[in-house]
Amino acid sequence: MHLAYPAVLAALLFCVGLYGVLARRNAILMLMSVELMLNAVNLNLVAFDVWLQERLHTGQALALFTIAVAAAEIGIGLAIVLLVYRTRGSSEIDRLRDLRETDTGPDAGAASGADGPEEQAGVQATTDSGRQTS
Amino acid sequence: MTLTEAGHGAVAEAAAHPGFLSPTGVEIVFVLVGLATLGAAVVTVTTKKLVHAALWLVAALGGVAVEYLLLTAEFIAWVQVLIYVGSVVVLLLFGLMLTKAPIGPSPDADSGNRPVALAAALVSAATLVTLVVDAFRTTWIDLGTTGRGSTRVTGEALFRGWVLPFEALSVLLLAALVGAIVLSRKGKAARPGDGHGGGGTRTSGHGRTGRDGEAQG
Repeated sequence: MHLAYPAVLAALLFCVGLYGVLARRNAILMLMSVELMLNAVNLNLVAFDVWLQERLHTGQALALFTIAVAAAEIGIGLAIVLLVYRTRGSSEIDRLRDLRETDTGPDAGAASGADGPEEQAGVQATTDSGRQTS
Repeated sequence: MTLTEAGHGAVAEAAAHPGFLSPTGVEIVFVLVGLATLGAAVVTVTTKKLVHAALWLVAALGGVAVEYLLLTAEFIAWVQVLIYVGSVVVLLLFGLMLTKAPIGPSPDADSGNRPVALAAALVSAATLVTLVVDAFRTTWIDLGTTGRGSTRVTGEALFRGWVLPFEALSVLLLAALVGAIVLSRKGKAARPGDGHGGGGTRTSGHGRTGRDGEAQG
């Protein structure tokens, strides 16, 4: 088999995942796209391992490690997404803009947002607790 | 070895193998499964229905598992089926369920920077495919000998050469498990103490600041 086939497939899968990460608004859909990108990397690892025929099977061992790290990542990521959903009432990453830099200072940025006064209160509470822990 | 000698060697090596116009059976199956995988992945990142995205992700990950089988990496293929299709997608479905994802189509699944994302993906795809095809046009994988990626071979490689990374990985998984539990418990522990009753952690944020004020005062 030509090595070009799995390599091209992996490159295309990676770019599909890249599009998903950049274009999706829901955080869980973004995590799905990250999984697609990780799978593209795994496909590359396995293909190159079969090509190089190493004694230690570096590519396959690394693919196994990547799968385990991806499982850990999806667990932590979903826990964070659920925490954000519980705190904010939505898991849309477009709205998580508290750490955004603004030209006129953080207060004007928070006031000019399209969210209601409750959202501002939540922002205030978050920054307060963050300041307390730091 | 100079570059021209390497080039000549590559050309001679390519001449010894069948070209792209006379594919072997494995290559035909690989391309067909690859097209199905790619289509499922594209539907995953473009569909408006959130639960359907998870189900198409199953198809894409299963297609990648079949590609592993075609590349003789048997053990990786079954690990892929067990972990990705078996647990990661179930976790994602639980996440969708717990964040109250709508069953029907949700029109705001894509954010406003979709054209930029499409342009970035197309440019990177063109660059990567050009580069990869140019680099590995003449490289041939010898799939002849059997059992190269079987469970026995992979297990021997893993537990002879990679024992220490394997154990470090188990510690990492334990840390991730504990971290996920801590992240999930923190909101629950803050809620009964604030005294405002229900309404989510936004009220618990107020409670936390109140307590902080008491601690400072």
